[in-house]
Amino acid sequence: MIRDITIGQYYPTNSVIHRLDPRVKLAGTMIFLISLFLVKGFTGYIITTIFLGAVIKISHVPLKFMLKGLKAIFLLLIFSVTFNLFLTSGEVLIQVWIFKITKEGVYIAGFMAIRLIYLIIGTSIMTLTTTPNELTDGLEKALKPLNKIRVPVHEISMMMSIALRFIPILLEETDKIMKAQMARGADFENGNILQRAKNMIPILVPLFISAFRRANDLAMAMEARCYRGGEGRTKMKPLKYKKRDRIAYFILGIYVIGVLGMNMVIGNFL
Amino acid sequence: MKIIKIKDLIYEYAKYDEEGNIAEMNRAIDDVNLDVKQGDFIAILGHNGSGKSTLAKHLNAILIPAEGIVWVGGKDTKDESNIWDIRQTAGMVFQNPDNQIIGSIVEEDVGFGPENIGVETDDIWKRVDMALRAVNMTAYRNHSPNKLSGGQKQRVAIAGVVAMKPQCIILDEPTAMLDPLGRKEVIQTVKELNEKEKVTIILITHYMEEVIFADHVIVMDGGKVVMQGKPREIFSQVEKLKEYRLDVPQVTELAHELKKEGVFLPDGILTIEEFVNAMAEFL
Amino acid sequence: MTIRLENVNYVYGEGTAYEIHALKNINLKIENGEFIGLIGHTGSGKSTLIQHLNGLVKATSGTIYYDDENIYREGYSLKELRGKVGLVFQYPEHQLFETDVFTDVCFGPKNLFMPKEEIEERAKEALTAVGLGEEFYKKSPFELSGGQKRRVAIAGVLAMNPKVLILDEPTAGLDPKGRDEILGEIDRLHKEKKMTIILVSHSMEDVAQYVKRIIVMNKGCVNFDGTPQQVFKQYKELEKIGLAAPQVTYIMQALSERGFSVNRDVTTIEEAKDSILKYLKNKKERGE
Repeated sequence: MIRDITIGQYYPTNSVIHRLDPRVKLAGTMIFLISLFLVKGFTGYIITTIFLGAVIKISHVPLKFMLKGLKAIFLLLIFSVTFNLFLTSGEVLIQVWIFKITKEGVYIAGFMAIRLIYLIIGTSIMTLTTTPNELTDGLEKALKPLNKIRVPVHEISMMMSIALRFIPILLEETDKIMKAQMARGADFENGNILQRAKNMIPILVPLFISAFRRANDLAMAMEARCYRGGEGRTKMKPLKYKKRDRIAYFILGIYVIGVLGMNMVIGNFL
Repeated sequence: MKIIKIKDLIYEYAKYDEEGNIAEMNRAIDDVNLDVKQGDFIAILGHNGSGKSTLAKHLNAILIPAEGIVWVGGKDTKDESNIWDIRQTAGMVFQNPDNQIIGSIVEEDVGFGPENIGVETDDIWKRVDMALRAVNMTAYRNHSPNKLSGGQKQRVAIAGVVAMKPQCIILDEPTAMLDPLGRKEVIQTVKELNEKEKVTIILITHYMEEVIFADHVIVMDGGKVVMQGKPREIFSQVEKLKEYRLDVPQVTELAHELKKEGVFLPDGILTIEEFVNAMAEFL
Repeated sequence: MTIRLENVNYVYGEGTAYEIHALKNINLKIENGEFIGLIGHTGSGKSTLIQHLNGLVKATSGTIYYDDENIYREGYSLKELRGKVGLVFQYPEHQLFETDVFTDVCFGPKNLFMPKEEIEERAKEALTAVGLGEEFYKKSPFELSGGQKRRVAIAGVLAMNPKVLILDEPTAGLDPKGRDEILGEIDRLHKEKKMTIILVSHSMEDVAQYVKRIIVMNKGCVNFDGTPQQVFKQYKELEKIGLAAPQVTYIMQALSERGFSVNRDVTTIEEAKDSILKYLKNKKERGE
């Protein structure tokens, strides 16, 4: 189950999307996420879907791989869809006992599902096509102006990239500790909430200790390799906008206009 | 030329009781003197807790001597302004391969060190290419470290140090967490660096078969250097090594056992070939 | 007690790009009181295999019988099975979590819902078996040395009173003396308590010295299964799959190629010494 989470995993291929400047991808993701909430009506999602579909296709990351990321939010998805389906008031379509399904409910639940799914896929495209290092480099450079108001941008981005690198390692470690405690008869499935929480101690304590040990080792290894903060540091892969990045920004612009335009057209209908 | 010089080194650390007062001082290194010649392959042996790792950390200014002096490339490690020069001169590879790889892509990790010391971008790429070639990992440059075997990860870690162009590499039990294949890969890589690139190597280990080709072997126990010499000289003293909680390669042990039974064999046999040749006279 | 595996397969990541067939049609029988060495390079499937033996991982297909009872049948208590088949993971000291040694060792038996006296009785017995005396009971596991921590962790599994003890590289990262001590204790458990032992190891020298039967895994299959002599005799085949025989086997091979009539299928120093001495003695008696 733990292996199903695709957010934060990089899928190496050599597509155009992979080679884009991370700042373009960051901006693109932001714009895409905002557009999800701006779109009105199902017709508006046609553009979003085409855009998303095209990006997935160009990225050469198998769709199956992205859909796996949805498993993690499956419960949330079911929950919010059901919630909206039954609790929205309006024109009743079907009624069973006290449960009513309304026309508006179907609409909202549908929107909700599309938004959530697109949101997850949209963000996972970014992480699947951008190495954590590029991502944090992009963030660091994009947020650099904040340095002036004493936000430690370099430190934050370094922290993020290290966290991203260690997530898979710590997940694997959790799996192993869990199995080891199960081999000693521990039970993580039965009991009430309080008991279950208590049963987590044999996992959490070793996990924390291991995380601290790793942090300590890593800090030493970084210092041994002359790491001393962002000052005076050069970049192996400095960020420079290329032609393809300018094209990507242009396409993003068209997408925004398309979404807004569609909204106006639909707005006139509704 | 002496790349490393250690004079009367003492290192102590405090053990605290529950109230936070110093309960006792533990002496991890007790009066160690050592010279390392440029281009040498030095092996430091000792059981866990013998002080060998503490000693290694002094060579990279991760630890600073309590008493005595450590010079690396002629620079005193106590002087804080030397610290980055020293770490560039003497690179360090640690035991756990997972906990020393920072980058999420092999080549980015190798580039981490050069980035830190402010090497220009073009030059970083050249260094990364060179370092990956030196450890034979070029084919994996775009891989995620998490998908590599232990031996491969450790070679990436070595490449990360090589890219900083150090004169000396200290390896603190680099093979302790690896399987036999991984161990062979790492030792082979280290040997090549020493022979081809003339990098001074200080290898800390407790696997005896890894040190038989070292120029000089040092045995530590209780924070002291208790034996030193050529591998043959060290391995001829099987009983003494056992006292220090170490053992010898099986071929050395077999020769030693036969000698005890009265078979006349020379001391300190290190390889199967030597053993067979020595036995030939009994044919 | 016997453990029997019938056509066990295990596939993970089925239907994805990362699909791996970790175990392929494994058939094995492990008898009461055996001392087995399980060898194979990293990724050969040996870790997956041992996790099947106490039901931590369920086979994709095939059956495992513990004392002729199918462990996958409805209502079979896997928890009880885990009490009978103790599994010590690699670097087990990383799973210690209690504030003192004694409480940590009690964790296993406590999960089996035993009376308090019995839990403590078992914990004491287990700690004694790994050579840790009462002076360690109240110590924090984190102030012990690496070797001591590992012993506490092994005691934690022993306290479940298993009939079978599986250890995944119990000597990884220990120095030679620490290694000999742990292996000696495991050997004692086998001899004195008649425990069935399965030792996963990378060290052919250790395996040769202690075990009576070796199972070699490669790419999810059992490649060899036999006594150390039978298995290490095929050292050329072993080398093809990234393994080797103990150095002493190679020594004897080299001697015999040089014309010495010594036993080629030797796996320990003791055997090699005896064989060479016998050769020298024979020679002397023949007056050559």
